[in-house]
Amino acid sequence: MSASNINGIDYAAVLDSVGKSFQGKAALKSLSLKIPTAGVFALVGPDGAGKSTLLQMLCGLLTPDSGSLEVLGVSLPRGLAGVRPQLGYLSQHFSLYGDLSIDENMAFAAEIYGMKNYLYKRDELLDMTGLTPFRKRLADRLSGGMKQKLALACTLVHNPRLILLDEPTNGVDPVSRREFWKLLRGLGKLNITLVMSTPYMDEAERADSVAFIHEGKLLMTGSPGEIRRSWDRKILEIFCDRNRAAMPVLSRLYPEGDLQIFGDRVHLAMLQDGPEEDEVVRCLEDAGIRVKSSGPVRSGLENVFLSMIQKEEAVNG
Amino acid sequence: MGEHIIEVSSLVKRFGDFIAVDNVSFSVEKGSLFGLLGANGAGKTTLIRMLCGLMAADAGSVSLAGIDVLKNPEEVKMRIGYMSQRFSLYRDLTADENLEFFGGLYGARDTEGAAGRSRILDSVGLAGMENTLAGDLPGGISQRLALACAMSHNPAVLFLDEPTAGVDPVSRRRFWDLIHERAEEGTTVLVTTHYLDEAEYCNDIVLMHSGRIVADGGPDEMKRRIISGPVFEISGSGASFLESVLEDESWVIEFSLFGDSVHIQTEEGMGLIDVKSRLLTLAGNNQDFEIEHITPSLEDVFLRIIDQSESEGEAVI
Repeated sequence: MSASNINGIDYAAVLDSVGKSFQGKAALKSLSLKIPTAGVFALVGPDGAGKSTLLQMLCGLLTPDSGSLEVLGVSLPRGLAGVRPQLGYLSQHFSLYGDLSIDENMAFAAEIYGMKNYLYKRDELLDMTGLTPFRKRLADRLSGGMKQKLALACTLVHNPRLILLDEPTNGVDPVSRREFWKLLRGLGKLNITLVMSTPYMDEAERADSVAFIHEGKLLMTGSPGEIRRSWDRKILEIFCDRNRAAMPVLSRLYPEGDLQIFGDRVHLAMLQDGPEEDEVVRCLEDAGIRVKSSGPVRSGLENVFLSMIQKEEAVNG
Repeated sequence: MGEHIIEVSSLVKRFGDFIAVDNVSFSVEKGSLFGLLGANGAGKTTLIRMLCGLMAADAGSVSLAGIDVLKNPEEVKMRIGYMSQRFSLYRDLTADENLEFFGGLYGARDTEGAAGRSRILDSVGLAGMENTLAGDLPGGISQRLALACAMSHNPAVLFLDEPTAGVDPVSRRRFWDLIHERAEEGTTVLVTTHYLDEAEYCNDIVLMHSGRIVADGGPDEMKRRIISGPVFEISGSGASFLESVLEDESWVIEFSLFGDSVHIQTEEGMGLIDVKSRLLTLAGNNQDFEIEHITPSLEDVFLRIIDQSESEGEAVI
């Protein structure tokens, strides 16, 4: 068995009411979550939300205080020894040896996992990550993006089925990030499950499925499209000559609205029964603010996450 | 147009044969939010070090708040504030003590008395938390404390480096509202980040590549100029089939994969109805998809410009 099958769907990991505290402080609060097999699953949340705790639990480094946990069809911590060879974990500080070359880092990773015949796999991974031309170079002398790819290759050398990545793109620029995502998607297509944590919403938009984690709790899970469609608001984008001056006018017109000011525009998020676009424009023009253009825009995951946190805070006072 | 608080003219910095900053000129308007973007190694850090008087230039000039920075590097230090990604507060000092310490460091007058500090803490939403240890403050609140510390001496220019990395969306929203207020009061804010969501809050952006400025403008203006054709998102179960055939279509200019959707940029002037009918023809039996007109992101713009710069044969490391 390599997955938990529930209602005909295969899950790489299933958490049921998992709780975990450190020195009396709750890191995870009765969290239930199902992670589908294959593809990229993003755990999204701010620092301290419980993402790292969750990842370390999935790879058996931490044990739940309460609740139950199944990984690749096996109950943890009991079945850990059997499932461990199928797991790969990339920590926040990708543990590379700076004074070893790419080849030597790969050899070391293979040794740890007890891989005897890893050379074919090594060459395949170095080709996949584009690192082949640099294999004699010391890890310390690689660029940030290359280090990140080498760390990923080291995590993959023992053919894991489930890979856990803790904020792998932290500090990585958009160009390297794009390449890294191509690799992740390629692995997802090979039936591998990748669970990554990230504090960034734009990154979460690229994942196959997403879970919002906040203060140790799961707020929502689903595909990015499902999550966006679940939002009960719509956004009107307005470009006007004085954005700041527009804010009080808009909040008077529609007090239930959620206003966000960007560098060159304003977003007004409203419930479906909010004012029509021409009404908003007329109201601004009456106040002496010239509207250059306006129109509906698509909501992002950040909008939905923000609403959910606001609701949580309203409930908890 | 308002006055320019920063004027950079023909600035050059070499390290041996390597030209880190290659004849860069730009100006920043007082009270604006200015984004300085680029991949790792583009020359941003070197440029900022010269702006702050921390590094000498090989040629060119920098003026900040009327000070000739290259001639009087010490003078500029009292006119700038700096706040980095993972804010450097003293965790075992209280909020009030942190503000007193950093204010003292900058020679700030307003933080000498308890009343002045209390007023500043109040203005960033820390009323009642004066005596809480910084290490016990939640992420979003300690971020606002760091902002108060960086601005304790009323700097003319505030440098922010990935300021909202790792904070939750509600705190992020509050942070940018605060920054917009400070800008309104006349502080100029210079933002560097790898997360282009943050650059959306800027009025003006310059993008650096290989030591040069390769693009500049407002966020929306850059999107229109760089991404000339319309962008559509295709989602739903038919999207994965379309993904496999769209690459060969000549009217599809760019094509990028997201979690459960595909983004395409088409030839200029193509409308939603036209694109939809073409897709329906291509889709055959896979008619279950949705299509939506979307705004390209700044990340799309950034990657497009980098790709263009590289294909024009500029040296890239």
